[in-house]
Parts: sequence; C-alpha cells; structure tokens
Amino acid sequence: MTGAANWEPTAALAALRLRARLLTRAREFFAARGVLEVETPVLGKSTATDPHIESLRTSVGGSARFLQTSPELFMKRLLAAGSGSIYQIARVFRDGEIGARHNPEFTLLEWYRTGLDHHGLMDEVDQFLQEVLGSAPSVRESYGQAFERWAGADPHAAGADELRSRAEALGLPVFSSAGFSREDWLHLLMAEAVEPHLGIDRPHFLYDFPLELKALARVRRGEGRGPDVAERFELFVLGLELANGYHELGDPFEQRQRFLADLESRRTLGRAAVPIDEKMIAALERGLPRCAGVALGFDRLVMIAAGAGSIREVLSFPSDLA
Amino acid sequence: MSTTYSTNQFRSGLKVTLDNDPCVITDAEFVKPGKGQAFARVKFRNLKTNRVLERTFKSGETIEGADIVETAMQYLYKDGEYWHFMDPKSYEQHQASAESVGDAALWLKENAECIVTLHDNIVLQVTPPMFVELEVIETEPGIRGDTAGTGGKTAKLETGAVVRVPLFIEVGEKLKLDTRTGEYVGRVK
Repeated sequence: MTGAANWEPTAALAALRLRARLLTRAREFFAARGVLEVETPVLGKSTATDPHIESLRTSVGGSARFLQTSPELFMKRLLAAGSGSIYQIARVFRDGEIGARHNPEFTLLEWYRTGLDHHGLMDEVDQFLQEVLGSAPSVRESYGQAFERWAGADPHAAGADELRSRAEALGLPVFSSAGFSREDWLHLLMAEAVEPHLGIDRPHFLYDFPLELKALARVRRGEGRGPDVAERFELFVLGLELANGYHELGDPFEQRQRFLADLESRRTLGRAAVPIDEKMIAALERGLPRCAGVALGFDRLVMIAAGAGSIREVLSFPSDLA
Repeated sequence: MSTTYSTNQFRSGLKVTLDNDPCVITDAEFVKPGKGQAFARVKFRNLKTNRVLERTFKSGETIEGADIVETAMQYLYKDGEYWHFMDPKSYEQHQASAESVGDAALWLKENAECIVTLHDNIVLQVTPPMFVELEVIETEPGIRGDTAGTGGKTAKLETGAVVRVPLFIEVGEKLKLDTRTGEYVGRVK
C-alpha cells in the first residue's frame, strides 16, 4: 500500500481539472465583488490556541515556528491595518486529522467582509455556492432549532447528564463517558445525530451557537428574549461540514481572555502549550473594523462537486502517499 | 501485561478487549468537528458471540489489546464435556467447550489437524481442516448403475455429520468432504 512503487495520484485527472475550474470560479466571484486576494505566512511564531486543533512545529534558523492551522490571525492583522474586505486560498496544516473527510494538510478558502454581520455573510456564502457550485438557494435556522429537532434537547440549557441520556436514547454508545464535558456531548450529538440530516436537498446554515462553542465569534446577550449566544454559523452540504464563520470578535481584552481560557483547556487536556499571538491582540487594540469572516474547506467543496465519498478522490497525493 | 492501543492506531483487523470480551475492529472512522473534540466511531465483532458492536471513542483514548494466537493443533479425543487438543510442538494440551468448538465438531476425527484460536490461552474457536476424509456409517442402499451421481440422498458420517451424497455411495465407504460448505467432494479409494 505505501510501497515506493505506489506513485500514482489518488485523484482522477477529471477531479484535478474540476478543482482547477472551481479555483478559477472562486477567484472570479471575489474579483467581481472587489474583494482583495491576499497571501499570509504559513510559518508563524504563534498559532491557533484552539484546544482541539494541533499545530505542526518546525524551525527557521533554530527559532521555533508553527505551520498555520488557519490564516485567520494574520488576516485580522491585515483588516486592522485597513485592508478592507479580503480573501485567501490558503494551505493549512492540522496534525492528526486523517480520515475520509480529513487530510493533515488541506486548502481553506477564508474570507472577511467589512460592514457585515454573520447573517450578511451567510447571504454571500449562499450566493457563492449558487454561482460556484450551482447549488439551490440555502435554508437557515438556529443551532438550537436544529439540535432540538434531531437530538431532542436544548443545547443552550441542557446539562451534561441530560445530553448523555439523549445520546444513549439515540443509540450512540460511547466507550467511556467519564471524561465527557457538556461541550463534548454537544459535539458528539451534533456530529452523529444532527449533521447527517443537514444539507441533503440544499445547503443548510446553522447560526447562533451555544456559548462554549463561541471560538472567536461575538457574544450576543439574550436579555430576556432568549439565551446568550455566539454569533457563529456553520454550513452543511450533504451532511458535510463545509464552512464555519463568525461575526468577528473585535474586543482585545475579551480576545486575550479567550486565548487564556483555551490555554487552560489545553493544559487540562494534556496538550502542549502554544504562545499567544500578541501581534494579533495589538492589531485589535488598534481597531478591527466590524466584520464577519468565514473559512470554507476547499477540498470538501471539490468533493461535493465531484460526488466523491472520500477526500482522497480529490487530492493529488494524500498524506500517506506524499 | 497486554498491549494497549490508542485511537490513532485503530484499524480493521486489530484485536482488542471490549467489555472483557475479545473483539476484532471491523471499521474505524475519524469524526472531527472543525473546532471540536475529535472522535473515532468504531465497529467491532465480538469473537466469542460474533455480535457486531459500535462504540464512539474520544481521540486519544486507549483500549486493551486482546491476546489472540492461532496455532495448528491435533485433535485428541472427547470426554463427556470437553474436546481435547494438543500442540504437536510443545505437547501442551488444551480443552475446548462445545460452545467454542461449535460446528467444527461435525468434522473432527481423532488426530485431525485443526487451527485452534486461543484467547488468554483459552480456546476461543476451532477451525477444522478444509478437507476431511470420513467414513459413512448410515445411508440407504446404493444403486449400482447410478455412477453418474445424478440425484442424491443423505448419508451419516462417523462424526455424526449428515451430508448429501450421490446415490451409489455405500455404508463403509470413505468420503472426502469440504468442511467450509459441508459438501461431498468424492470417494477415497
């Protein structure tokens, strides 16, 4: 399987041509809207602090560097410097992510729109899918509505015990529930009970996430009209998580608190510490324009266009053959 | 004592211990929400009961391996309760219950060479030789002219197995049989 003689690409030539066509169409989409294409470094002195994302490490002249897991930290520095709306087609790296939908290095299409909130950006992602993929117009509902329907619990209020009994009732046996937090149950139920139903007829957006899943999104207080939520969205097509976006957090103080909370989670999980990106925080102190941003998995976009069941069918050389 | 395996080592064919029983992994899928906890969705087959089981693991969790060994052994004899086998290299003897011998019992004649699957040194499964030669102890009288072997009848063999055979087969004849299908292959001269 991994012998030296196994030199051929896993993607058919037709899939590689399709990928090239989609890249061209994506660039045309942004050119027509005056969104600037940018490039930012792959090698950074700091990296994402996400507790569940592992950066690859290397060094430059003996000084430590991280291969970026997303271009977002650099792109926000550009936004704070007055770039206006920008996009990037970036190669990113995440250690340990290998499967039918994952490869440790992959392509993210990431874009930021100044002056838009997450709903405004969902409108644009919807247009993108219609123009680039030929999709039907999308549907949109809150994370809470979809979770209630398919998992049978209120994701903003239910405790870990209630979510565990929902998982049991739905026939989702876990090896050991000992270390499961409320957040872990949300992820498990989402991945196993909700996502498979999403985006079957048409692209499906979920928005307004439970607070634990806020990542780098703004928080909106319910003020008696509903739960406090993170202004985050995700896009699903044919049960595949295709994009993740935020009404971007601009508050440098809050940003530092979230980085520190991530580092604390990493410590609890036994994951290596990573340095906080002070330059990005300094950029927020200068002022991030109000904006929304989204990262779209480009390889998965090609999978959908090609009707592929595995990411291997759209990569020239997946990690094990690289 | 035994090895443990982490989720990133899971693959089809790996033998592990789940709920104290030996199991083989038949499928392991990586599930990872973009920002969330990674999971492995794993299917197992219980090697004792053959039942299929599913479990979801958090990435990084570990499971005990199962100490499974397949050894060629000689079938010795059966007492009231157990079948007895011997490793011809070490002369070590193992006894097997009716449950673990299963359908292999239909084909086992003394001195037959079998594959015995051991779990923690206890017999889990017995696989008979692919072909065996057994004597007919009961069948209707043969029809001499019918050498073409069209039609057929049943015959009981010395081990108790009942098989379909051609009409010309007589009591006392030795037959070659395929244990995978239970089919008659031919007469042994």
